[in-house]
Amino acid sequence: MTPTLGLDAAPGIVAVTLVTVATLVIGTWGLRFSRTTSDFFVASRTVRPRLNASAIGGEYLSAASFLGVAGLVLTFGADMLWYPVGWTAGYLVLLVLVAAPLRRSGAYTLPDFAEARLGSRGVRSACSLLVVAIGWLYLLPQFQGAGLTLRSAIGAPSWLGAVIVGLVVLANVTSGGMRSITFVQAFQYWLKLTALLLPASVLLVVWAGDGAARGTGGPATWSVPLADGGGQGLYVTYSLIIATFLGTMGLPHVVVRFYTNPDGRAARRTTLVVLGLLGVFYLLPPVYGALGRVYAPELARSGHSDALVLELPRLMVPGLAGELLTGLVTAGAFAAFLSTSSGLTIAVAGVLSQDVTGRSYAGRRLAGVTAFRVGAVLAVVVPCLVALATPDLGVARAVGLAFAVAASTFCPLLLLGIWWPRLTDAGAIAGLLAGGLGSGTAVAWTLLDGSSGGWSKVLLTQPAAWSVPLAVLVMIGVSLATQARVPAHTGRFMVRLHTPEALELDRG
Amino acid sequence: MSEVPPPERVRVTGPARRRTPLTRTRDIDTETRLGGIYMGSLLREQLRLAVRILLLLALGVGALPLLFHLVPGLARRQVLGLPLAWLLLGVVVYPFLVLLGWVYVRRAERNEHDFAELLSEVER
Repeated sequence: MTPTLGLDAAPGIVAVTLVTVATLVIGTWGLRFSRTTSDFFVASRTVRPRLNASAIGGEYLSAASFLGVAGLVLTFGADMLWYPVGWTAGYLVLLVLVAAPLRRSGAYTLPDFAEARLGSRGVRSACSLLVVAIGWLYLLPQFQGAGLTLRSAIGAPSWLGAVIVGLVVLANVTSGGMRSITFVQAFQYWLKLTALLLPASVLLVVWAGDGAARGTGGPATWSVPLADGGGQGLYVTYSLIIATFLGTMGLPHVVVRFYTNPDGRAARRTTLVVLGLLGVFYLLPPVYGALGRVYAPELARSGHSDALVLELPRLMVPGLAGELLTGLVTAGAFAAFLSTSSGLTIAVAGVLSQDVTGRSYAGRRLAGVTAFRVGAVLAVVVPCLVALATPDLGVARAVGLAFAVAASTFCPLLLLGIWWPRLTDAGAIAGLLAGGLGSGTAVAWTLLDGSSGGWSKVLLTQPAAWSVPLAVLVMIGVSLATQARVPAHTGRFMVRLHTPEALELDRG
Repeated sequence: MSEVPPPERVRVTGPARRRTPLTRTRDIDTETRLGGIYMGSLLREQLRLAVRILLLLALGVGALPLLFHLVPGLARRQVLGLPLAWLLLGVVVYPFLVLLGWVYVRRAERNEHDFAELLSEVER
């Protein structure tokens, strides 16, 4: 699994170089349009639905989607199809409950929303902490995936990929901010789609030419979901469904893109286009998983299943054609790391620059854009170092944990904040604490121990099914007990969240 | 021909009108009880729509694991050359999600349109 640096590395090196250069060029081109702090954070809120949807798709399809799903399907079979289904359905839930009101709230980031809705600095700080935590948790597997890709494609040491991705993201984000990143990410969605679609078509033709060969070895239950028939499998599946369906709306890099829409209506239409784009993309990873079952079953046994998408073209198509296809998927994978980490970096840097680097220390205060740049450096360096220090953690698994934390914290806050006027700041903090501690314990457990078996461990590795209801109940209960603290401006804020912008209303 | 004097011109005037007619947006801005009722109706309509869509999602997609769990043979039944579970979870689910989203966007925009019409009607 670790080819030495040689002639067969050429397509991979060319692919990575091309993607990196294209990313930097488009980012620099976008720089011409970036002048103000508003450009940096939200592209001055003028991005049209179709461009914005491509950018959201480009940002959302991370290492977990590009590499992780195929590897999981190869190893664990049909149950893993729930990951891409959940990641898409999460956008439907976001569309119907959150998209338009969130845009209309007029806030920059999740902490901004919380503070505007509840009028409390305490809630704001709690949200800032969570944005940074979820962002770092989600960045970690991106850097690890980058290392894996470069090792698999050109035999480079694992740390090199993480460092390259970190540097390119920093260069782009600190120079152009959100405005230039929008173009970069829209480009990267279409690159990723091509990089999976084209090889998949070729591989399917090869497979059909083989007389539609069937996989050998391994349990026959692979293609059947919930094959073991136990209650644990059912619990794990439903916990996964809850985490992904509800977690999407709480991911900081997803939420921050909604502020770039011109208005609430555009936010809805953007989300609908995103649903379509994701649906097309997610048809492809299971194809790799199923073909891998036939042509690369040894990958599953060796524990390198995350490399399946990268290895399969070379295994199925000999010679130059296979090398070219390998180059293409390598380019797509690299685009996946770059775009997702850029979006996460913007989200984390936005929060850091408002709440940490933008504060005045000893009477001195950094200007808006400088504070953003310093925040971006912090946002990248910390998870990059952790990725270099920790041993391999399953790419999709780490992302799954980020979803669970988001579902247990920001999902209840957004839902109740948007639809329930009686939410109070005390209730919000108590709920965030309950959900954050519950899912956070599970994360710590998985990162430190990670063994499975027995109900207690199942509950810990897939916490969403109990931590999300817990957070909602605590948030509602404490709010009801502290009704005196309902902010006076709640009525006006509800007007702002739910009425179409065309109406001339006092929105506070 | 005797000249009939033309009838004296009469200035016709209506009752005094306000220059800017009051619209119902005032009720919302000043947070009257009526304004609260308007806002409550919009919120309820939109939430009801969201819940209906989510129910369809829960029934159409969320119920599948339970179904596969309760009817063990179902998932491996071959349809169009694929096991049913793969066909549903790998292909059919995505157009279904887009369809739900499309229905939602249309209905939500119509709700907002109705609300805007209601508010722009002039008070009498």
